[in-house]
Amino acid sequence: MCAMLQIRREICGYCGACVSVCPEGALELIDAYLTVDDHCIGCGICARICPLGALEVTDETGI
Amino acid sequence: MKQEYDILVIGGGPGGALAAKTAALAGCSVCLIEKRPAIGVPVRCAEGVGEELLREFCEPDPKWISAKIDGARIVAPDGTTLDLKPEMAGNEVGFILDRKVFDRELVWQAAEAGADVFVKARAVDAIMQRGAVAGAKVEYGGVQRDVRAKVVIAADGVESKFARWCGIDTTVPMRELETCAQYVLSNIDIDPHKTVFYLGTEIAPEGYVWIFPKGERTANVGIGISGRKSGDGHRARDYLDAFVRDRFPGGKKTELIIGGVSVCKPLESTVADGLIIVGDAARVSDPITGGGIYNAMLTGKLAGQVAAECIAAGDTRKAALAKYDLLWRESRMGKAIARNHAVKEFFITLDDRKLNDLLSSVKNINLDEFSTLTLIKELIKRNPRLLLELRTLQKIIS
Repeated sequence: MCAMLQIRREICGYCGACVSVCPEGALELIDAYLTVDDHCIGCGICARICPLGALEVTDETGI
Repeated sequence: MKQEYDILVIGGGPGGALAAKTAALAGCSVCLIEKRPAIGVPVRCAEGVGEELLREFCEPDPKWISAKIDGARIVAPDGTTLDLKPEMAGNEVGFILDRKVFDRELVWQAAEAGADVFVKARAVDAIMQRGAVAGAKVEYGGVQRDVRAKVVIAADGVESKFARWCGIDTTVPMRELETCAQYVLSNIDIDPHKTVFYLGTEIAPEGYVWIFPKGERTANVGIGISGRKSGDGHRARDYLDAFVRDRFPGGKKTELIIGGVSVCKPLESTVADGLIIVGDAARVSDPITGGGIYNAMLTGKLAGQVAAECIAAGDTRKAALAKYDLLWRESRMGKAIARNHAVKEFFITLDDRKLNDLLSSVKNINLDEFSTLTLIKELIKRNPRLLLELRTLQKIIS
């Protein structure tokens, strides 16, 4: 099983709050968009604290 | 953009601007880079700052002051109000700034002092040399280049990455990240010279709602709640929408502002070999109020000063730059952060009933000084009933 972080760009307000709580340093705010790299472990902390609800961890079971 | 500077400042907020200006005035070659295409926008701030604090750096200028504040009201969970009156507060109250203009003015001053300034220029990695920070890889105009510097000043805000690239863990604990949402709300009835703070678990768990006037009928109406209280259906914006629906149904939202504010302890060390960290990136915002403008400006100024001194002395290793770390920790601000963190940890343990008791005990408070510290001292004095709990608090602030 592999957790994936989905960024809903139409909701994201690119504030960077999520970047500050990411324990893996997997998120980065580049001007007006957010990126996630493969260090993401799917812990979901960012999804929880997002002021707008723009992030979601989904389980990709691959089956 | 040159390939080499004495000092590279990453981030064009108040912290970065003060660092760049101070270092340039001290004779250093300085480059300030801002990843966004404009300084000051988008705003991520409630824009309040104390008047006396601001005056340490500059004369207030009407062109970046939205409102002058002469009093504050705190609203307890049960609706009891506590007014901090202007005549009691003296003139040390504050301003609501126009950050779009204010930040730009500060960067203009840095440029005037001799610093090079680049916008839409983003650090993508640190350049390390024998374990020391030696500059940054900077993406600018579609080209990535190495910019070397004797000292890098990381002023890259709450979403800071630079210190992390240098091997420093800057992660804010979830419960100590205030997740915030704010509207610039027009067409509302407010007192244009008074700030209002609402407390309570229903309104803002482990945080508060603020109304900061921006004009006669316009204000920053916002909220911060603890990250651990946030989740689907009960996010900062959900709480804010509920508050606005209830109190300001006719309000027109002319701007949506969101962001995170750290209320944790500052980084254990804000220096490394060739590196100084300032402002929100150093996690020096106030743990009670979340205020960070003055704290960023002060750390920025001290960083510019110490970096310039160290460069002149030819030693930019951590032990030399540590003077900066010591200076801000021993400043009034540094002590306030340490104390306010402990006070905040106490206050979040209080339920609404206790908050009501506390706030109703001090109806119209007579403060010698307009500050959270004097307010808390007064609360302790007037609440012998809550003595056992407040004793902890007394220890912290004495």
